[in-house]
Amino acid sequence: MVETPLILQTVDLTKHFGMIKAAERISVEVNQGQLVGIVGANGSGKTTFLNLITGYLKPERGRILFMGRDTTGLPPRVITRLGVARSFQVPQLYTHMNVLECVLLSLAAESGNGGSFWQPLFEESRRAEALETLGRFGLSAYAHRPTSELPEGGRKLLDIALSFALKPKLLLMDEPTSGVSIEDKFEVMDTLVKVLQESNVTTIFVEHDMEVVQRYGWRVLVFDEGQVIADGKPDNVLADPEVRKTVLGRV
Amino acid sequence: MRPNLRVLSIVSALLILVPLVVPSWVVFILTKALFIFIAVLGVALFLRGGQITFGHALFFATGTYTVGFSVKWFELRETLVLVPMGALTGLIMAALVGLIMARYRGVFFAMLNLAFSMILYAILLKLYWVTGGTDGISVGTATFLGLPLPAGTYPFYYFTLVIAGLITYVVYRFLASPLGYFLRAIADNEIRIEYSGESVRRVIYLTYILAGGLGGVSGVLAAFTVGHVVPEDAFWIQSAQFVFIALLGGFEGILGSLMGAVAFEFIQTYSSKYFPYAWQLTLGGIMLLVILFRPGGLWAIYESLVSRFSSKAEGSTHG
Amino acid sequence: MDIGLLTIIIFDGLNYAATLFLISVGLTLVYGVLRILNISHGAIYGLGAYMATWLTILFLDKGLPVYLSYFMLLMGAVIIGLITGPTIERLCLRRIYGSDMHIQLLLTFSILLILDDAMKLIWGVEPMFMSGPYTLLGQFSVGGIIYPRYTFLLIGVSASFGVFLVWLVRGTRYGKLVISVIQDREISVAMGINVGLIYTAAFTMGALSAAIGGAFIAPTISVAPGFAAEVVVMAFAVVAIGGMGNLEGAALGSLIVGLARALAIHLVAELELAVIYLIMVLVLAFRPQGLFGAVEERRI
Repeated sequence: MVETPLILQTVDLTKHFGMIKAAERISVEVNQGQLVGIVGANGSGKTTFLNLITGYLKPERGRILFMGRDTTGLPPRVITRLGVARSFQVPQLYTHMNVLECVLLSLAAESGNGGSFWQPLFEESRRAEALETLGRFGLSAYAHRPTSELPEGGRKLLDIALSFALKPKLLLMDEPTSGVSIEDKFEVMDTLVKVLQESNVTTIFVEHDMEVVQRYGWRVLVFDEGQVIADGKPDNVLADPEVRKTVLGRV
Repeated sequence: MRPNLRVLSIVSALLILVPLVVPSWVVFILTKALFIFIAVLGVALFLRGGQITFGHALFFATGTYTVGFSVKWFELRETLVLVPMGALTGLIMAALVGLIMARYRGVFFAMLNLAFSMILYAILLKLYWVTGGTDGISVGTATFLGLPLPAGTYPFYYFTLVIAGLITYVVYRFLASPLGYFLRAIADNEIRIEYSGESVRRVIYLTYILAGGLGGVSGVLAAFTVGHVVPEDAFWIQSAQFVFIALLGGFEGILGSLMGAVAFEFIQTYSSKYFPYAWQLTLGGIMLLVILFRPGGLWAIYESLVSRFSSKAEGSTHG
Repeated sequence: MDIGLLTIIIFDGLNYAATLFLISVGLTLVYGVLRILNISHGAIYGLGAYMATWLTILFLDKGLPVYLSYFMLLMGAVIIGLITGPTIERLCLRRIYGSDMHIQLLLTFSILLILDDAMKLIWGVEPMFMSGPYTLLGQFSVGGIIYPRYTFLLIGVSASFGVFLVWLVRGTRYGKLVISVIQDREISVAMGINVGLIYTAAFTMGALSAAIGGAFIAPTISVAPGFAAEVVVMAFAVVAIGGMGNLEGAALGSLIVGLARALAIHLVAELELAVIYLIMVLVLAFRPQGLFGAVEERRI
């Protein structure tokens, strides 16, 4: 693989909750365009890692560099503005709006018009772009329906679409297929990966299902007790019996 | 939020034509309802964002005393000057107080709001050599381009109606804008807002400034309609009445606040005339019924009547 | 500042603090258990004042010895507390537990409006005044300044009621039940605790507090319509300052505001009314949850 520029770099990232080592001297580098999976047992620090990068948690030690810029300690709002977007394990949607309005809000925020008073949300070009985005995620049919009417897989996809609509350079997904039925899992991931590859967004996704990681990830990081114990191509890493015992043995 | 043009034109037509055929005291009630509607819009905005302002009287009183001092110090009663002035003083007051207010939500937001308005009340009451104390200030008759504009007359009513119309347009544009939608989103999911790169605090701050302007305009119109300004304009009961009306009318649509204001004024006028010691009871009773059976207010009742008599609209959303 | 002025200020401050505590402790108790900000609290206070005054005047006219009038005051308060408490809770509050805050505030505000008029309809609009309980205790003078002895009664009632409530909540089995209900309602239900009864009891306790406050403050004023509105907002301020739902907070908040107001009255009279709200803004600006309040956690 040709080495693209570094987009994310963490140096000695450390976060403890009392006795629990949620992150212990994590140092990773991610290049632009990669699709990286993160696996590990429950409590191994996967979500903490995402929370640290997005600014929801502040590390005790260590630094985070996004596109060469030190973002350690910045709040989520600022980090988002710099180009990092994130989707959630439990989809964070606007409960009283319809699907199209949610996407429009993300687009408005991205274009810097979130604070606009006079320009309508349903402005023509924005509306077209929102519909197009929904189409790419396979949600066109739900455009005018309230978010509460979405099925579970659809809620996940919308959550990711809302983050994607921010046109991030780095997209973090927290368990994109959790809560989705087994039949739909691969369908959801197929849609997602296609969209992501088309737009060349660097993606890091936390995933419980190793099959998914093997199928879609170019690179996988294995977390265990706050540390990265393996890093490489999925087939190589997951063939290691130590890794399998760690990830599967305690699940 | 899409404008329901049909409803809007019917309401506008009613507001323009009905006063011509009713006795003058009804015109007076409608005039009061209009400026109350303007103030209530400020409260309704926050309700859409899931917040309650229990201190809106702060801006209302800012507006009324803008007129009060203008009359007292400069003998100035010109509405074309004072209405914008009221908006401005309301905006400035909100911009200052909002710096602290925007950091809070929920019950703390409501309480702190309340505190600020009561501080103004206390100041207005105690500094009687400036403010006239409990007697307040008598403001006399308004003027329009120098000509007298007495309260209760047709010219005054239509002037108020025009202002209300302009305000409605401004609020409508606000609600249709990204800022208006983000305000709505605060009630749904603050996390998603922050993770879109928008600042919830900024949304609240800007909305607060708008609400301040609305309260100020309402206060100016109120001052001339009633004829004098008193410290009670800042008392918490005044704020509570605005909240009351906002919920009575329903805050889903702009017109809900108008319906609430009109209903409130009529109920209050009639009940205080016929049962002077029971009009609060009447209002309270009606509100209890609304809360327990139709929390969406009069607007929700109207909408359910409409959907029962016409075919379901396709994919319509609540803005 | 000379010692005489200081004494007056402390005396006035404690008097006012006692008043504030009686007004606000019920409000904070109800919020602590039911998580509802009960605006009608002021009306129950008013009802307590009216009933106590009316009963006392009635019995005094019938020849009741004046020193028993205090018992009458208590009786009036208890009657109101026991009537309004369960009625309001079962009839109205039951339906809105878990509703949005604006619905709760509106419901309790409507109840305030209804009760406010009810007082006018029952007792008329003329102010009622009873002199017995207050003048019986007389006055004493220190250094040429005259203080009423009733103030000590008020402080005593206030303090002992506070101690009683704290004992009730912290020291008794019932109190522990209440705390478990506050902390986890579902588990409490699963454990067989009659949560509904606890809510009714807690609200009734709050109503009793309000009524007792009204009843014992009544002898110092003439009871007239409309003072419920003044009282409610002051209770709110004290509760916000002390921390919503915290008994000790209400006590500390009352003391701070009471003393501050006494200082204002004697030194900077114009600030007297504003003092309570200025303190509220100051406290909330630095500690939005109040002095003893709990911070609400954010979750992702």
